[in-house]
Amino acid sequence: MAKVLAADEVRALAHLARLEIEPRDVERLAHELGEILDHVACLGEVDTAGVEPMTHAVAMTLRLRDDVPGPCLPPLDGGVVVPAIIGGD
Amino acid sequence: MTAWEPVIGLEVHVQLATATKAFAPAPVAFGAPPNSLIDPIVLGLPGALPTFNRAALELALRLGLATGSTIRRTSRFARKHYFYPDLPKGYQISQHDEPLCEHGAVDVWAAGARTQVALARIHLEEDAGKLSHRGATSEVDLNRAGVPLVEVVTAPVLRSADAAFAYLKALHRLVRYLGVSEGDLEKGHLRCDANVSVRPVGATALGTRVELKNINSFKFVRQAIEHEVARQIRILDGGGPIARETRLWDGAVGRSETMRGKEDVADYRYLPDPDLPPLHVDDATLAQAHAALPELPAARLARLMADHGLPFDDADQLTGDRALADYLDQAVAAAGPALARPVAAWIINELGRELAGRSIGASPVGPAALAELVGAVEDGTISGTVGKEVLAAMVASGDGARAIIEARGLRQISDVDAVAAVAAQVIAANPRQVEQYRAGKTTLLAFFVGQVMKATGGKVNPKLASEHLERLLASPGT
Amino acid sequence: MDDLTALTASAIAAHVRGRALSAREVTDRFLARAAQSNPVLGAYLLLDADGARVAADAVDARLARGEDPGPLAGVPVAVKDVIVTRGLVTTAGSRMLAGWVPPYDATVVERLRAAGAIVLGKTACDEFAMGSTTEHAAVGTCVNPWDPSRVPGGSSGGSAVAVAAGAAALALGTDTGGSIRQPASLCGVVGWKPTYGRVSRWGAIAFASSLDQIGPMATTVRDAALALEVIAGGDPRDATSLDQPAPSLLDALDHGVAGLTIGVPREYRPDDLDADVAAALERAVAVLRDAGASVREVSLPHTRYALPAYYVIAPAEAASNLARYDGVRFGHRAADATTLEQLYARSRAEGFGPEVKRRIMIGTYVLQAGAYDAYYRQAQQVRARIRGDFDAAFTQVDAILAPVTPTPAWPRGASPAPLDQYRADVFTLACNLAGLPGLAVPCGATATGLPVGVQILGRALDESTVGRVGAAIERAVGPAPRAPWPAEGGHP
Repeated sequence: MAKVLAADEVRALAHLARLEIEPRDVERLAHELGEILDHVACLGEVDTAGVEPMTHAVAMTLRLRDDVPGPCLPPLDGGVVVPAIIGGD
Repeated sequence: MTAWEPVIGLEVHVQLATATKAFAPAPVAFGAPPNSLIDPIVLGLPGALPTFNRAALELALRLGLATGSTIRRTSRFARKHYFYPDLPKGYQISQHDEPLCEHGAVDVWAAGARTQVALARIHLEEDAGKLSHRGATSEVDLNRAGVPLVEVVTAPVLRSADAAFAYLKALHRLVRYLGVSEGDLEKGHLRCDANVSVRPVGATALGTRVELKNINSFKFVRQAIEHEVARQIRILDGGGPIARETRLWDGAVGRSETMRGKEDVADYRYLPDPDLPPLHVDDATLAQAHAALPELPAARLARLMADHGLPFDDADQLTGDRALADYLDQAVAAAGPALARPVAAWIINELGRELAGRSIGASPVGPAALAELVGAVEDGTISGTVGKEVLAAMVASGDGARAIIEARGLRQISDVDAVAAVAAQVIAANPRQVEQYRAGKTTLLAFFVGQVMKATGGKVNPKLASEHLERLLASPGT
Repeated sequence: MDDLTALTASAIAAHVRGRALSAREVTDRFLARAAQSNPVLGAYLLLDADGARVAADAVDARLARGEDPGPLAGVPVAVKDVIVTRGLVTTAGSRMLAGWVPPYDATVVERLRAAGAIVLGKTACDEFAMGSTTEHAAVGTCVNPWDPSRVPGGSSGGSAVAVAAGAAALALGTDTGGSIRQPASLCGVVGWKPTYGRVSRWGAIAFASSLDQIGPMATTVRDAALALEVIAGGDPRDATSLDQPAPSLLDALDHGVAGLTIGVPREYRPDDLDADVAAALERAVAVLRDAGASVREVSLPHTRYALPAYYVIAPAEAASNLARYDGVRFGHRAADATTLEQLYARSRAEGFGPEVKRRIMIGTYVLQAGAYDAYYRQAQQVRARIRGDFDAAFTQVDAILAPVTPTPAWPRGASPAPLDQYRADVFTLACNLAGLPGLAVPCGATATGLPVGVQILGRALDESTVGRVGAAIERAVGPAPRAPWPAEGGHP
């Protein structure tokens, strides 16, 4: 039956995604995510040897912008302030 | 005790000299009011999309070509995800597994010898904003956010802190030569992280690597690496293992501390950026970057030594700045190759003193004018001492050397009889010194030369003067 | 005229340009209809009556000066709330962006305004366009104007409802996996998802960047084509917009389908296909044959992998696109966070609804270093296979005819398991994965009067053929009538 994620996996994912989750939601999420992952697992059936991954809907190359300054927005009122940072990224 | 060998790789972020940001037309400037160089893209506003700056590509290509890198004709931008207040979109646009340049090398002159430092890659990315910490809060300035960078990554080929420093110096010189970056270290245009490990001498496998971040200043690089190498050797000698970690260098106290360990190595969830199609470098763009390449500093240094016979230190100093080296080349072209060494000496010593810290571009004395002055000194028209005076007058007035010499009557007296007459007068006027000289204190010759110069206002060729003086002093019959 | 709101956009523009109607009276009438219907239907999150009147007066003033305000002169347009409008609150249906006032206009909004259109307001949608019912929204309830107990579809539900109810003459939607075509079909209007890159995404709040495309919703194919001509065309601000001029579509609509070959994919006609949906498809086949097209079966063998590929790629891109909502510079910011980590996790937990969070979690999962190759990269390779299926089919046929939804509009509040909700998109999302144009047109109704549509898919950039086929069906079947809810002055 459906794959179920471990509670620790759900919590780690939530941390990676910076989403606070209630302890009571962990089990539900584990089940829902497991079901979805289970459903998409069939992708592995497709023979994709030698197939270039399709990262964009249309094959095109990047247009380049000339290095000419454009308008700015007004400076941010009151700046950008966050709680003190401890440690690094 | 095991003998240990350090293995060092550097990752240097170089700010590209563009007018606008990498993926936004917002301007790049230093010292603007906080959070003023912003637009919807820089702020990461909903609905805003990136567009890529042509100049950033051209500058990166120039560096790629100058380092002999393989240019990937189709490279990709990827999103590198992490949450940090200085990163407005929650991801940095960078290049991941398909960077623009690979397998290049930087020519490095260290201790008078030319070597090469192999590069793993050079890739394009955008800078983050700047954080400042104020007690219970941190403030973000997004002016720097989105500024184009190249990250220049060496292979793990450096074997000492000195080698790392020499490489950095060479890279710094190279990017300024190429116009790739303004290279202003005070403004953080080059920022360095170091990967350091040690292994027993003779081993081929690499030791556990520690990443040193936050080496804010070039002057800390040597110190930070030496400190880290010593720290690792101390641990290994004590039988301990090296922890795979990232350490933050604190330049103020000369120590590093753990920033994060292996267990919380970030998962950046790289994603090919769906907003940015693959970056294709066409022939025309590549040819244009080729055409923009000047003679590279390491090659130029070699040429100055080989063609002009300059000593390493002079050649090194003169190639430190492209405008200075251009000045030298123009002055030598005007003075003739035979005068290359005195021209170099005049630029380094006398012109340098006159400029007093101003850049060569601000010199009121152009290369042809300096060549004229050096020519006048070297052909004996004036003495070196008078030459200095003439140079000062040139700086002040903007007039040519020979015009000043003639106007002020500075042409030195080369007439043998006239010089002999002055020498005889000086000897007659200083009997006590003559006695001492003849008693064996021959260093007094300089005194006599000085007296001759004084009597003639410096206009006598000092060589000629000393010849006459020596002759007269040697014959006590007078 | 009896009821201005029953006019097509083309007719309104013609009347306004010919000065038979003023933009102001058209706008006032549509504003009144929107205000009257909104308490029942919930199509609009925001009506900008003042702004609309100012814009209408400006159009009339230009006409008075003898200028041509453009092909959409005086046409009232509703804009999905994931498309940013300068000075007009834009929320993407999310608490995260409650009260957010964009400092800039989306390219499509600029182009609409430049063409003389009047922006009436912002329409309801599933949060960040993630959903198929317009029920996954932070505020408001949007219902189907054919039966208020049923969903209008989604995520561009409000735009479909506004057009179906005569509360706008045109609307803009966005389509990531069917979000224009599906609500159009459930509400009995025309919805057109252009070729990826046809229309600039600058100012479209991103859900899944490689799939998102803005398109028009209208009562007729001609109106939709008129709007598409206005909003399409390359844009230097969107690196994925195609360097192509806007297509000229209107003339092609009258060309008919004689000589065209239309393919019906066998994978889109499963044995258990809903009887009403199957009937609509058969109806379309019959009218196209009558009109001189040849209709044949084709195969798109990787169809069953479209849903799983989509539910890897779309959440992955969504997780990335939604990382910018961190409570730091704009959007919801948790009031009680004392550390940076709390600020992030709590602002996002409070700001995003459950479906958005679910997709962020899935997207985060599949992009992890250890899962990337098996999930994300594999899905992108499967995506290439799906595109390959279409390329092969289009060597045999000029357009593809398919159902839009597995069933007509279903009851509200059913809230089935996420995976079952996702299956509502099963017929629409391959078109997005392949980047192709898709046009949904009404094609009859169920016995209880619920509209049912069909869709036409075409080659990349071949909106012209797609439009011809859609127009042919419309000519034979007739556009869906005005939706019954709410009746003027009372219940129907």
